[in-house]
Amino acid sequence: MTLPTGLTRRDLLMKLGILFNGIVAAILAVPIVRYLLSPVAQERKGGYELWVSLGNLEQFPSGQTRLATYRNPIVNPTDGDTADIACWVRNVDGKSFQVFAINCAHLGCPVRWFPQSGLFMCPCHGGAYYQDGSRASGPPERGLFEYKYKIDGGKLLIRPGEMPTPGHASNIVREIRPCA
Amino acid sequence: MRLIQSIGEWLDARLQLGASIRETAEHRVPSETASWFYVFGSAAFVVFMLQIVTGIVLAFIYVPSAGEAWSSLQTLNHNVSLGWYIRALHGWGSDFMVALVLIHMVQVFLFGAYKYPRELTWIVGVFLLIVTLGMAFTGQVLRFDQDAYWGLGIGASIASRVPLVGPSIVNLMLGGPIIAGATLSRFFALHVFVVPGLLIAFVAVHLLMVIKLGINEWPMPGRVVRKATYIKEYHELTKKDGVPFVPGAIWKDMFFSAFILLSVAACAYYFGPFGPSGPPDPTIIQTAPRPDYFFLWLYAVLSFLPPSMETPALLIGPVVAILALLLLPFLSGEGEKSWRRRPIAVLTILLVAVALGTFTHLAEHTPWSPVMDAWSGDPIPSAFLHNRSALERQGALVFQVKQCHNCHSLDNEGGKRGPALDAVAVRLTQDQLIRQVIQGGGNMPAYGKNLSPAETTALVAFLETLHPTGQSPARDASRAVALGADAGGPPPTHP
Repeated sequence: MTLPTGLTRRDLLMKLGILFNGIVAAILAVPIVRYLLSPVAQERKGGYELWVSLGNLEQFPSGQTRLATYRNPIVNPTDGDTADIACWVRNVDGKSFQVFAINCAHLGCPVRWFPQSGLFMCPCHGGAYYQDGSRASGPPERGLFEYKYKIDGGKLLIRPGEMPTPGHASNIVREIRPCA
Repeated sequence: MRLIQSIGEWLDARLQLGASIRETAEHRVPSETASWFYVFGSAAFVVFMLQIVTGIVLAFIYVPSAGEAWSSLQTLNHNVSLGWYIRALHGWGSDFMVALVLIHMVQVFLFGAYKYPRELTWIVGVFLLIVTLGMAFTGQVLRFDQDAYWGLGIGASIASRVPLVGPSIVNLMLGGPIIAGATLSRFFALHVFVVPGLLIAFVAVHLLMVIKLGINEWPMPGRVVRKATYIKEYHELTKKDGVPFVPGAIWKDMFFSAFILLSVAACAYYFGPFGPSGPPDPTIIQTAPRPDYFFLWLYAVLSFLPPSMETPALLIGPVVAILALLLLPFLSGEGEKSWRRRPIAVLTILLVAVALGTFTHLAEHTPWSPVMDAWSGDPIPSAFLHNRSALERQGALVFQVKQCHNCHSLDNEGGKRGPALDAVAVRLTQDQLIRQVIQGGGNMPAYGKNLSPAETTALVAFLETLHPTGQSPARDASRAVALGADAGGPPPTHP
């Protein structure tokens, strides 16, 4: 049977078949894509608003900078040690603190604190920062990432949640200007 | 023997593949292409087969879980019979495969094989290079140690710099907000399913085109490619001066591939597996992460790029490089094939090779990185302390304690980040030394807040002794005028 348009019954059925498969593919593709994008979609869910304790204030003597560790608030059973994150706590004057992310603001390597020279140094590409986190030298374009903190019940709390990167540091207090 | 033949005939009667396989094997190729220069592609393919086999058997033991991957590698290295050797084969196989793909690409480029009608073969080859490097990077991540962990951090930091969607790319790449279990799982899926799938598909298309279009003839100066006549000329060449691929040309491929496999086996046996380095515990920060061999050049580039150029270079550089490779056959699809008539092609290869070699060499020495333990580990050579005053020796102590030695070398010991200070007093006057120490500048941090005036005085007194015997230190000629006749005399020279 041929329709006036020249379309045969078989052609029509094949085209309907393609259309039908296209619809089914779309129905299946939506959940698969949604599943793949879940790390992005989940971005603002829970965990990010939690305050995490770094320990008692006595652990951070006045005028000194000490390494602290915490368990990331967003954690999965298979994470192992990788959910334990380090950060640097600087007790500025006994009252105010600075909590720096361990990640260099250049490309994320772990910076080390050298009290003798008063510098944070990065082992990867040679970035260096002053004790207040501002950029001292090397490839970083900015100072260290700094977490928001509060003191509650004699404990120092910070709000972590995600690894700070140069393009995205949403939990970070402010950009530290280099002291000229 | 007769049984084998009858089984073969029984199978071929049903599969109907024998004739086309025979035809493919015996297709005629130009006789000069039966050359030792034409063996790198097949060797890369054979090493890829080795990677598939060793990869599958490694997956029998390896656990792709952030909590257990590292210990499963220890199990492979120490508790499973010959587990270390399979890991070593896979690791060395990957280095050989990247090297062979690069050498193959250089040969193809210099022999003009990318020109008409083999443009698409070249383009698929570029994709093969990209997925091979993708395998190398994702494979390094699966060796879930400190280098892998911080390497992922570097990857995420680069990805985050993409405008607008950077943070989303980071979350997609890591499978969450931090490097953790989901990160390793997805890199496992990429390394074991996605990228090898692409690699196999691209290899199939690449080989199909090599067979359909014929292997590139040996380039002769003056034998110019023209779209109108090339295919006819090529067929005449294979008819006049052709040999069947099997056995005329393939024996060289076989010998070379066997030699390469033997080399992989020997390297694996003598040098052993790569790592793993320390466990992927981000609270262990006493680490100096380094990428695997084929990414070392990038590590050096990232250290040397000025901060303002870094993001554009990181984001635009790879796009430009890949586009240039993809467009190459369209920009020079005709003309001379011989490297003897293509000086710019030869110079380009030399330039790229020298640049990559230099950056790789630098990355093996990391002169940009402070030597973190030079202040406690490398003493000042005694020659610099002999016959010095108490103040100057006190300055030498300040030099060590304040970790100047981490970035500055004396007698070739210490960091290479800043200039060597063996003769600094010849370059800088006393005032300039004080200013440089206190205010920093020129990529040196300012130490003003960390040095007391007494420490600065002592340090500068020590630095002023650093000049070759018989060469007096730099001094400010106007100082005598400003401070009176006696004050500006040259400081005492030391023997």
